[in-house]
Amino acid sequence: MKRRDFLKSTTALAASTMVTAPAIWSAAKAQSRAETILVVSESGPNNVDIHGVGTNVPGYEVAWNCYDRLISHEMKTLPNGTQYYERDKFKPELAEDMNPGDMSVTFKLRKDATFQDGTPVKAQDVKWSLDRAVSVGGFPTFQMGAGSMEKPEQFVVVDDHTIRVDYLRKDRLTIPDLAVIVPCVMNSGLVKKNATEKDPWGLEYTKQNVSGSGAYRVVSWTPGTEVTLERNDNWKLGPLPKTKRIVWRMVPSAGNRRALLERGDADISYELPNKDFVELKEQGKLNVVSTPFSNGITYLGMNVTKAPFDNPKVRQAVAYAVPYQKIVDAVLYGLASPMFGAPAGKATDVAWPQPTKYNTDIAKAKALMAEAGYPNGFETTLSFDLGFGTVNEPLAVLIQESLGQIGIKTTINKVPGANFRTELNKKVMPLYINVFSGWLDYPEYFFIWCYHGKNSVFNTMSYQSKEMDAMIDAAGAAASAGDTANYEKNVKGFVDLAFTDMPRIPIFQPYSNVAMQKNVSGYQYWFHRRLDYRALVKA
Amino acid sequence: MMSLVFKRLLVALPSLVGVVIVTFLLTRALPGDPAAYFAGPAATTEAIEQVRVKLGLDKPLLTQFMLYCRDLVRGDLGASLTTGQSVVSDIKARLPASAELTLVGLIVSIVIALPLGILAATKPNSWIDHVCRIVTTAGVSLPVFFTGLILVYVFYYLLGWAPSPLGRLDVFLTPPRNITGFYLIDSALTGNGEAFVGSVKQLFLPAMTMAIFSLAPIARMTRASMLAVLSSDFVRTARASGLSTFTVVVTYAFRNAMLPVITTLGMVFSFLLGANVLVEKVFAWPGIGSYAVEALIASDFAPVQGFVLTMAVMYVALNLAIDLLYGFIDPRVRLEA
Repeated sequence: MKRRDFLKSTTALAASTMVTAPAIWSAAKAQSRAETILVVSESGPNNVDIHGVGTNVPGYEVAWNCYDRLISHEMKTLPNGTQYYERDKFKPELAEDMNPGDMSVTFKLRKDATFQDGTPVKAQDVKWSLDRAVSVGGFPTFQMGAGSMEKPEQFVVVDDHTIRVDYLRKDRLTIPDLAVIVPCVMNSGLVKKNATEKDPWGLEYTKQNVSGSGAYRVVSWTPGTEVTLERNDNWKLGPLPKTKRIVWRMVPSAGNRRALLERGDADISYELPNKDFVELKEQGKLNVVSTPFSNGITYLGMNVTKAPFDNPKVRQAVAYAVPYQKIVDAVLYGLASPMFGAPAGKATDVAWPQPTKYNTDIAKAKALMAEAGYPNGFETTLSFDLGFGTVNEPLAVLIQESLGQIGIKTTINKVPGANFRTELNKKVMPLYINVFSGWLDYPEYFFIWCYHGKNSVFNTMSYQSKEMDAMIDAAGAAASAGDTANYEKNVKGFVDLAFTDMPRIPIFQPYSNVAMQKNVSGYQYWFHRRLDYRALVKA
Repeated sequence: MMSLVFKRLLVALPSLVGVVIVTFLLTRALPGDPAAYFAGPAATTEAIEQVRVKLGLDKPLLTQFMLYCRDLVRGDLGASLTTGQSVVSDIKARLPASAELTLVGLIVSIVIALPLGILAATKPNSWIDHVCRIVTTAGVSLPVFFTGLILVYVFYYLLGWAPSPLGRLDVFLTPPRNITGFYLIDSALTGNGEAFVGSVKQLFLPAMTMAIFSLAPIARMTRASMLAVLSSDFVRTARASGLSTFTVVVTYAFRNAMLPVITTLGMVFSFLLGANVLVEKVFAWPGIGSYAVEALIASDFAPVQGFVLTMAVMYVALNLAIDLLYGFIDPRVRLEA
């Protein structure tokens, strides 16, 4: 190319690009728009198989909607009109009948259920899928273990349409655990065809390919950008979903998610800051639903193995110094249930979460500090997860300010999301803000993970108490045996002990907030807090 | 010519090797534990160990590095845990998105900045010079994400002129068949008018955001180098010979002033490509910058290494292209080389 020609052609190119005038009108296609629900959220799935290595929470949403399980939960309507899952009422999904025996439960499968490729769903598929869940390791195996399902031998094929789950021990969490996302049923033939010697469970294949029988199938998936799901018209396990297509777009900027909702371009969004939700609620242009996290609490944890937090008096002093009401008002804009300030004479409930009797009382806190031998306070670090910085940061500042009043000088340590879990696992942070919520909504389930001396990851305080362990174990046993009186006694016992020993200070029960257009209905709150597309309707 | 290219590539080799080693060590030095992160919120210590073994992170560092190099030679950059895809396919899908946005932004910027710089230089201290000064100062001093959010607020939220800031294409349009990965080119090649118009619309605001940001260096550099050239002897001679102002300024002065401008363009381009993370975040643009940052947040090693390596290769290629371009524009450079 000659120099002159080159220069000429570049000028021509520059000139031609000048004429691309801004196009202004957005041409949405009315037809497909009406049949499609556009969901916007901050992040998207990294794997559509919940058994995968490191499948993230958005991935659970795809798994929930694209796979079926043996059983699921009924819905109930809360006083505010929200549909909420019934913890104790199960409904058949792939199974048409559930028959619990003494040491096993038998399921009869529906004969008309087919996978998305047309193969009928058989008991062999169910067994293979449950075997897979207890064998692949990591999160799915852990979750199955929570319901005392640990070995493939527990799952027995009786005939093509009958499967029996044998109990290792009596555990009232076994049946509820069969209704969570993990024990989903996969097309074993299809996955086995795509498995390799190195990867016998076909995890590489299911990572990107749905092989279920669910009401939706993934038609396209651009990681980090978009997931498109379409209704499986052959789905017969319930009324055919009303929405033909779900387009789920990842919009990282919270401000833009809100703008999209307000402009009416997006249909549903969650993961908005509390402030936005409150403002949207006040404007009244959208439906805004706030539901407390089932079995979830945001708390201030303390490492009880090291001074000064090994002293229960210090922990109680901190509990009296937390500015509870300020936190609920200024940080959460009222979108949280208080976990403090129960009336002094109130009897302990057989329920979890329930509020403590603590209130902000600086004088009492100071007295307790003096009693504990720290009249002049001490210095420590307050850590929080920067991944939830919009809530955690102001929360930490308020706590820091309040603790300063009783002489505890805190340095705030912001831990990036990826590191926070590592730090928690090390169990060395002296004082930290964290949240825990359990899929299975039972007090003893929460306590086994968070307070039991077997020291799971969630016993972030490294709390050890023989008395506590005995009561948690007794409550579990009593529940499985159906001994209500004993169960209630032990639940009350461990809740009381948790509130006197105070290894962690409950602050509030966070809300799951969802905003949607007025013409979208059918939102259901599930224990996993993700959307169930099957019920969504766009008028 | 070929020997020049070859020589340049040879010189770039050690820096690429360095990049490979340094990114590998740096990602390992990050404080986060990917195994704990990807084992999920409900993982036991054993579960985390299982994940660690699966990811190969239990092996000694040197072994991990050898394995990484072996894969690299095969063209395998590993797999991303955050997206669940192989890094190569992720980068293949995302690099064109970033490149398209950056190029369009740069072209818009050039179209505004070059005339502005030239005019400002021909009439120093006139009103156009002041306009140039104000525009460039405003451009550099406004943070990109701020300009982006303001543009979205005004043109999308208030006026409703721009389409929703939802990435490269409206949700209800199908992207064109993948040929180059550039939606504008692909839709033009396949004659998909709808997708072409759609992507132009989606590009408009983010490209403007990038253009506003990159105006300053280009306009300032054009003005400065034009001023120097305009005061030189050959321009005076050309003027004295009675050539028209246009010929003097554009044909003679501008061509001589282009070298520093091209250098600046190269710098601005490479800078924009890596640094447009914020624009990508604001406009939900599925580009390479936001990809790398997300991976970094999750201590996901492979994409970070892949990103840095890709960027390094692109810098080398870009510098080479600019060097070659010098030769086209100014024969003196070619002869000296």
